[in-house]
Amino acid sequence: MVNINFISSKGVLQKADAVAGETLMECAKKNQIHEIEAECGGGCSCATCHVYIHKEWLDKLEKPSEMEEDMLDFAFNVKENSRLSCQIKIEDVLDGLTLETPETQF
Amino acid sequence: MSKLIETDALIIGAGPVGLFAVFELGLLNINCHVIDILDKPGGQCAQLYPEKPIYDIPAYPMISGKDLTDKLLLQIKPFSPVFHFEELAKDLKKNNDGTWHISTKKGLNFHAKVIIIAAGGGSFEPKKPNIPNLEKYFDQVRYSIDQIDNFKNKDIVILGGGDSALDWTVQLNEIVKSLTLIHRRDVFRGSPATVNKVMDLRDKGEIKFHVGQVKNIIGSNGILDAVQCEKKEGILEIPCDILMPFFGLTMSLGPVEKWGLNLLEDRVSVSTETYQTSVPGIYAVGDINTYPGKLKLILSGFHETALMAHAVFKYINPEERLTLQYTTTSSSLQKKLLAK
Repeated sequence: MVNINFISSKGVLQKADAVAGETLMECAKKNQIHEIEAECGGGCSCATCHVYIHKEWLDKLEKPSEMEEDMLDFAFNVKENSRLSCQIKIEDVLDGLTLETPETQF
Repeated sequence: MSKLIETDALIIGAGPVGLFAVFELGLLNINCHVIDILDKPGGQCAQLYPEKPIYDIPAYPMISGKDLTDKLLLQIKPFSPVFHFEELAKDLKKNNDGTWHISTKKGLNFHAKVIIIAAGGGSFEPKKPNIPNLEKYFDQVRYSIDQIDNFKNKDIVILGGGDSALDWTVQLNEIVKSLTLIHRRDVFRGSPATVNKVMDLRDKGEIKFHVGQVKNIIGSNGILDAVQCEKKEGILEIPCDILMPFFGLTMSLGPVEKWGLNLLEDRVSVSTETYQTSVPGIYAVGDINTYPGKLKLILSGFHETALMAHAVFKYINPEERLTLQYTTTSSSLQKKLLAK
């Protein structure tokens, strides 16, 4: 199990167990992280699973693909640590990954 | 009022389930008009994942959203459905004889015996950015252009870097007083020709371009005056008569919500025997409906259309007996399918 720390826009921490191989978005949906919508179901085509990855974890993730960058254009309040959670594959090295969810997805 | 369009069934939604509803209704001689908010058939398959493979369509180990749409269009061709794209079903009135009058956003009027809601996640609508007080200035915040004259000699601010933002930048620049394009990065996603055109306008100083994001707007007495663009260097105030945010589309139930149908968690409740809603003569199939055990799968939507079509036949022709016929053996069905 890989532990993920979801912090809501109100600052509330919710810990969740993820399985290596699934995406961060899938983990969020399974654990009812309500600030993640994932309208398109993981197709990288809606930008409603937008999250802010805590800086210390950013380098441990693979860089976003061009497709993800393009789709981030459709998210609101994009920051340097913005990612789409459907494009992040959970790996064992991500145990403890901490991220924040935005107040709204658009 | 525009001429009344007569049809047996009006299908709302041209996604895979709406398209297959044409087939099932067609086998029972029920003709269809189909309307959709998008400019093309396919619904989410076309809008959200045209190139992505779908693995759970029977007999197709893998098929793309676009191929599935194309094959459905071919399959329903013998029934000559009439499509009306970029249309939203808006108002609904029951006639005295139990038929329906539906008017659309752009002013089409339909007279239909039954209505089939196959609207998937609802209608696609522009995403509204989460900027405080945005709704106060609804008159000055536009997501599309109806009267281009309204933009003449105005200060326009366009947000976004995709096709819509770029296309309108090029088009509106000719007539406006000033045009400012704001995008979170200096990379655009659009057709290369349009991207080049925008770069050219920027380099010549004909438009202003800022890398940044708008998080606040300024106005007084209900009139929008300016937007605040957050840039790396600081906050810049830009005069603005009309703000146009282009952050893609999202889905919402839309006008269907106000039709008096029983809803459950933003879905339309139906009987699993007939797929009729709580209002006789209105049916719902596919992702838009809900019932105990509902699975939001294209597969389930296809199944629902067959039961719905038989129920619709009985509703339209209460005196006639309907026996189930097979396309493999029924000569009358084969005649219909091979006719055109």
